[in-house]
This record gives sequence, structure tokens and C-alpha cells, in this order.
Amino acid sequence: MTAVENKPPVTLPLAAVRLGPVSLRVTRRPLIVTVLLAVAVVGVVVGTCFLGDYPLPAGDVIASLLGNGSTATDFVVLDLRLARALCAVTIGAALGASGAAFQALTRNPLGSPDIIGFTSGAATGALLQILIIGGTSLAIAGGALVGGLASALVVYLLAMGRGAVGYRLVLVGIGLNAFLWAINWYLLITAKLEDAMSAQVWLTGSLNGRSWDQLWPVLGVVLICLPLLMIASRPLGLLEMGDDAARALGVRADRTRVVIVILAVALAAGATATAGPIAFVALAAPQLAKRLTGSVAVSVLPAALMGAFVLAVSDIVSQRLFAPVQLPVGIATGVVGGLYLIWLLLSEWKKGRG
Amino acid sequence: MSSPPQTPAQSPAASGGGSHPDVPKWVATTGRRKVIGLLFAVALLGVVALFSIAVGSRYIPPGEVLSVLFNPDDSQASTIVHELRIPRTVLGIAVGLALGMAGAVMQALTRNPLADPGLLGVNAGAATAVVIGISVFGVGNALGYLPFAFAGAAIASIVVYLIGSAGRSGATPVRLALAGVAVTAALTAVIDGMTLLDPETFDRYRFWAVGSLSGRGMDIFWQVAPFILVGGVLAVTIGHSLNALAMGDDVGRALGASVTRTRVLSGIVIMLLAGAATAAVGPIGFVGLAVPHAARAITGPDNRWVLAYTAILAPILLVGADIIGRIVVQPAELSVGIVTAIIGAPVFIALVRRRRVAQL
Repeated sequence: MTAVENKPPVTLPLAAVRLGPVSLRVTRRPLIVTVLLAVAVVGVVVGTCFLGDYPLPAGDVIASLLGNGSTATDFVVLDLRLARALCAVTIGAALGASGAAFQALTRNPLGSPDIIGFTSGAATGALLQILIIGGTSLAIAGGALVGGLASALVVYLLAMGRGAVGYRLVLVGIGLNAFLWAINWYLLITAKLEDAMSAQVWLTGSLNGRSWDQLWPVLGVVLICLPLLMIASRPLGLLEMGDDAARALGVRADRTRVVIVILAVALAAGATATAGPIAFVALAAPQLAKRLTGSVAVSVLPAALMGAFVLAVSDIVSQRLFAPVQLPVGIATGVVGGLYLIWLLLSEWKKGRG
Repeated sequence: MSSPPQTPAQSPAASGGGSHPDVPKWVATTGRRKVIGLLFAVALLGVVALFSIAVGSRYIPPGEVLSVLFNPDDSQASTIVHELRIPRTVLGIAVGLALGMAGAVMQALTRNPLADPGLLGVNAGAATAVVIGISVFGVGNALGYLPFAFAGAAIASIVVYLIGSAGRSGATPVRLALAGVAVTAALTAVIDGMTLLDPETFDRYRFWAVGSLSGRGMDIFWQVAPFILVGGVLAVTIGHSLNALAMGDDVGRALGASVTRTRVLSGIVIMLLAGAATAAVGPIGFVGLAVPHAARAITGPDNRWVLAYTAILAPILLVGADIIGRIVVQPAELSVGIVTAIIGAPVFIALVRRRRVAQL
């Protein structure tokens, strides 16, 4: 059932970097791809600042970005466009990293924060808030956060103990997911149509109207959790050899798993509370990054950058495609990420790989 | 989770059975108990079906139900039993069987416990076609949705299979799963876009998308029955090859199974079974995903037993859930797709927690 590809790694270590207790093995192709992805992300963010319904000369935009624009252009360029693009990048990175952690942990290409019930629980919390209690977007985010964290905790507690942790986690997650989605659908079909529509917008995931206020909390989560996750997920390669072998090599298997799950759920929580459950980024970004870097296993940093890139591009598409109608970004992630993944699968065929 | 399924005496049987993997020893020793269990399940399904005919939002005394069951007259009770309750019971059994078996084949095909029949693009394809049917052609009832759903399911699953099998190594489990995810995501985006831009389409779509047996008559059953029959028979015939492939492509090939043929047949089975079920009642998610796991927890990893148990347990769950959905919120009804998950999920979680988990 595992996703172990049959290709051996073709790249050789370029160098070993040691910084005190931390040592890194650096390989050429992943390094190049990672740097290129980072450049692409910055490029998309800057590019977003030039696009929008309100026409602005490129010179004004550059002036604003460099900090000497007029108040009006500053508002459009910085508060509307730049903040939103940074939200997209931050949330995309959180989702990509979280997906990579779950895929590596379960060794399953279908792994994502969804499997531990986080997303469906968040949806239940938000739907209850939107349809029954009613409330501001802050209350909805709170409801999503509580629902998501509670269901992740329930799944983890139910799956604990008695060996085969990864597999049992997956199965218990399936059960709780189905349960929660049944409740979600019940809420959706019993609600009034206009309430159900606004709930559906939230369920699709949207970046409309997100600005600096929404950026800071999720950025904080990412800046804390992403580096920690990168460090915590290094022993995952050893865990793949089985718990006993990993233990013999000095990895505390259970503790490693708990730490990774907590960090990954925190990242997913930050993203979902800010923008709703944006589909597919967590699932696709690690696989896209893995295929581009040509590595055997999914890794966190390329997946995070790929998630940021996919979500930022998707947000441009969703803003511009049917402008002035603003579609939720969750629609575009499916199109952008889905078609890209299809193309990647097909191009592997052309190269005779895969 | 890297250890193989711990079934006693399975490996000697697999390695010592000559070039052809004959019936392993452990089936012979514990087979009797599994047969008895299966017969018990069939009896339970019979009881559930009788209940489904006897129970409904309008109370009919059991004696009257029995008398009109065998001697139909033109009383109201007879009409209710024959025109409403029997069709939805029959359809529930057929759909449950189809969804369960499709799920079991899908999990064996992709060797992935997260695989559900919808992963081949069936649900997304059907849903996309139904949304197009609603918004472009103004379709508004179950019989009208059926051809759209079936065509959409068929096209989407063929596309997924072609993308997943493109390449030298053919349709490897990982590639199939990824292709399914990618196509599903792209189609879901189309559905979300169309429904968000058009509230009326969303209104009809949300009731189709929960999955329901209500208002479905025998006409729908007869339209999907041939597909389910063919798919079910095909599924039974490939159970053996799926067992061989469970050990990996190379071992499977060495055991005499044709990898490509088994994969293509599995794809056809899933398309027929899941496509027909989704076309008939809408996308019901939990059955195809969870019942094969529950069956595996009872039988162990032999796909033939998993298929057999799934074919009985899934209809029990679906019809049982439908009965409960008719009772709890009288005179209204809860959709079967919702009740299935609400009562099925706790049972499922308890089962995978209690039992030794048989991995794929």
C-alpha cells in the first residue's frame, strides 16, 4: 500500500553542511528546484501587485512597492494586492508542508490533513457557526479551529496504542471523516438556500478580502512551525525502515510521530482558519514537488514552496478569470493543481519514466 | 505498518502451492467458520429487507404487510408496499452491493486503504455531468439525472485510467491514485464554480449530492441492474488475480496473474458498479470506503472472502440505514447517505480498534 517508488535516487550528495548539532545532506537537483521554486514564488507575489481591476501604471506600482507611492496607490498595491498575495503564499506553504508531513508519515500519496479528520472537523465547526449560531468571520474562524483541533485529537486518541499506528490512524480517520461529512451535508440540505450558499463559499476556500490582519496570525504559525517541522521530519526516512530498526538507529519513533502530527495539524489549522478548507493543495503540492525534485520521498520545504506557488497562481487565476466576479480560490486550486498534476503524470510517460 | 498481514500459515501456502496459487491451507481450516458467518450475514440481510418492507412513515400493521405482500390488491397498503417500499429495498440492496464490491476492488487495485470507488473519478464525473444536466438541460428528477450521471462516471473513469496507465510501467497503484485525485480535483472545481454562480443549480445539486433512495422506483432499478450484474460477476472472477497482485506486481506475475489484464478488468468492474450505483442514488461515500475494511477485519486479507462479505454487509448497512432514516424524523426522512455514515462510522471505528487489523 505504500508509495515507495521503484526508482533509486539518481542524484548524488553535493555536500554535507554542518552547523553545530545540525547537519544537512545537500543534493544538487532538489537544491536547484527548491531555489527555482522560491524565485518563482517571489516572482508571482510581485507580479500579483501589477494585476487588478483598478488600473495602475507600472511606475506607480513600483513606487509603492519601494515605499514612496501615494496614499491611494499604497492602499491598492500594498493593502489589497500585496497583503492578499502574501496570504496566499503563507497559506499555501502551510498546506503544502502539512500535506508533505502526513504523506511522509503514512507513506501514502493520498495522505493530507484530511485523513486525521482535521478538515472535516473544521468544516463542521464553521458550518455550525455559519448556519446555526451565525457570526462574524472571526467567529467562523474560531469555530473552524475548535472543530478541526477537536476532531484531530479524537482521531489521534482513538488510533493510539496497539501497534500499526499509521494504518490505524488512516482507518479511524476514514470513519470520523465520514461521520463528520454526514453531519455537514445534513446541515447543508436543511439550511436555507442563501445560508447554504454562503456556507458553500466558505467550504470552497476563499482569499477574498484577506489582508494584513488575517496575514499576521497565520504567518506567525508558519514561521514557527515550518522550521520545526523540517527538523522533526528528518528522521522520517529512518522510520520507513520500521519502528524497530529506527529505534535501533536512535530514533524515538512514537515521539517523532506525535511531534510531526502536532506541527502538521497546527499548520493546517492556521491555513484553514484563515481561508477555509482550500482543496487539493496539501494533497498535490508534495507530489508535484517530489516529481520535480526527482527524490524518492516527499520532503517538507519543496512541498511548502510548491504549495505557496500553486496557491498564489491559483489566486491570480480565480481573481482574473471571471473578473469582476471573484470566484473562491478553492475552485482555481483544483484547476491549476489538478491540470498540472495530470500534465506531470503524462510528461513522465513521454520521458519513459514513471 | 510495513509488516505483511499476519495470517498464520499463509506464507507456506503461498510459496509451497506450486506455480499456481491454489486455495491456501488456512482457508481450509477456518473456511467453515467463514461460510457460517457469511450465511448468518445473508440471513441478517433477509431480516433487514423484510423490515425495510414493513416499516415506513405510514404505519401498516405487520399482518397486513404480509397479506398484501403475497396477495397484492388495490388497497393503499398494497400500493405503498409494492410501489414504494419494495422498489427502494431492492434498489438499496443492489446499490449497496455495487458500492461495497467496487470499493473492495478499488482498494485491492491501488493497494491503498484510502481508496474509495470515487477515486477512479466516478463520483466527480457523475456529479459534473449531473450539474451540467441541471444547469444546461434543466433536468430535475432522479430518472433524468441517471443517464447524465452514468455517462459522466464512465467518461471520467476512462480518462483517469488512461492518465494513470500512460507510461512504460502501466497503471501502477500510485499513478492511478494520483490520476484519480487530479481529475477529481479538476472536476470538483468545475462543479463548485457552476454551483456557486447559479444558486438554483446548487439547490438541486445539494439534494442529489447527499445520496438518497427516496422516490426511486423500479424503473431506475431495471436501468442499472444489468450493469451491476455484469460488474458483480466480473468482480468475483478477478478476486483470485487480485490476491496474487496484493503481493506486488512482480510476485503476482510470477504467480501467473496477468497484471495488465487484472488492472483493466478491475477498472471496468469499478466503472460498472460504482457508476451504476452513483447514477441510481447519487454519490454515497462511506459504504465503498469502509465496508471492505470491516470485511477485511473479519475475514483476513483474502480478496475473495473480502468481496463475498462486502457484497452482503454493504447492503445490510445501506438498507438498515435507510430504515432508520425513515423512522427517526417522521414524517420527514433523513437521506440514506447521511444515516449510513452516522451509524456506520462508529461501528467501523470500533471494529478497526478492537480487531487485529488486516492490512492490505
